[in-house]
Amino acid sequence: MQRSIDRREFLRLTGLGGVVFASGLAGGARLASAAQDDFYFVQLSDTHWGFNGPVVNPDAGGTLPKAVAAVNSLEFEPDFIVFTGDLTHTTDDPKERRRRLAEFRDIVKGLKNKNLRFMPGEHDAALDNGQAWKEFFGASYYSFDHKGVHFIAIDNVSDPAARIGEQQLAWLKSDLAKQAGDARIVVFAHRPLFDLYPQWDWATRDGAQAIDLLMPHKNVTVFYGHIHQEHHQMTGHIAHHSAKSLIFPLPAPGSQPKREPIRWDPSQPYRGLGFRGVDAEVQKAEYEITEYPVKRA
Amino acid sequence: MNSQRRRVLVAGVAAVAFAAVALAQPKERVIRVTARKWAFLPREIRLKKGVPVVLEFVTADVVMGFNAPDFKVRADIIPGQVARVRLVPDKTGTFVFLCDIFCGDGHEGMSGQIHVAA
Repeated sequence: MQRSIDRREFLRLTGLGGVVFASGLAGGARLASAAQDDFYFVQLSDTHWGFNGPVVNPDAGGTLPKAVAAVNSLEFEPDFIVFTGDLTHTTDDPKERRRRLAEFRDIVKGLKNKNLRFMPGEHDAALDNGQAWKEFFGASYYSFDHKGVHFIAIDNVSDPAARIGEQQLAWLKSDLAKQAGDARIVVFAHRPLFDLYPQWDWATRDGAQAIDLLMPHKNVTVFYGHIHQEHHQMTGHIAHHSAKSLIFPLPAPGSQPKREPIRWDPSQPYRGLGFRGVDAEVQKAEYEITEYPVKRA
Repeated sequence: MNSQRRRVLVAGVAAVAFAAVALAQPKERVIRVTARKWAFLPREIRLKKGVPVVLEFVTADVVMGFNAPDFKVRADIIPGQVARVRLVPDKTGTFVFLCDIFCGDGHEGMSGQIHVAA
């Protein structure tokens, strides 16, 4: 706990403190386990390794290594690091897909923290139903417990039609059945589980079924990627927070006719790109989100 | 007239009545749309509010999707099959339709517009 308190004090003293988001209905029963402890993790998303588009990112090959260096330079080491999908940019060529996945894996080996959690995005997984991705990173959906929080990673991309699917929904139902009503639950996904903006394919076909399963639980927070920008929305008492990309930013939902990447601005390189630290205050079910740029000063 | 002949006569009258009703209905306009990597042809579809239309989709290569979220209609477009969607626009304006089945590098730009006039 000391380390997390130190980090929070550090964030405040340096003016880096993030925005605190309370999980919907927190504040009920106090958690009793001595194992519960505040901690923080880092979320990186949408690195799109293999992307080639100088107009939107002339440093496509350098952005991920810079982000790795930036994470390594954080003053306090996170408990774990999660990548919420689109590790690589899509390709029709299965060999090239594996080459990109291998290169991505080798680059992130440079992270000092070795407790890494991976998830696929549709660019990694949709063209072969996740086959190549699983060869490198294992199961595409899973859950784990960490210091009083139950984490659930949902795969809503290996089906090219953006469905979670009956089999995974049954697993989710079974997984949640083991959790108390006031359990601290954090969900990771690539696509938004709710209809953020279906006109740009920012949705999950059967995401409402996942939300229905989560809804009886009082303290649920979702962290996702896909839309290449920070976005915060509630569905009932469930908070959804999307992360920035590490390749190019996208416009705000519906803000322009087409979903086209925002062009690189030479006067503000890496603008709109970054990663985040999430400080979990388990007792209160609060999550303080601190956004970091690709290149730290 | 035995009962079997009566049934045949009744069925015949019903069939003629059904055909007359069908002839009286204006034939719905059919618009054929081809989906291919990574575009819909045509990209622009012009409709009139309240006038039904049938959209017919074929794909020239892989499985695609058609989704017009503002009208809550969608279809899978399977190679070798014709997918049909009946649409009665209930509002005027310009609305996006898109491929909602990930189909490769250009998938995210695979969209078109439905223009609905009064």
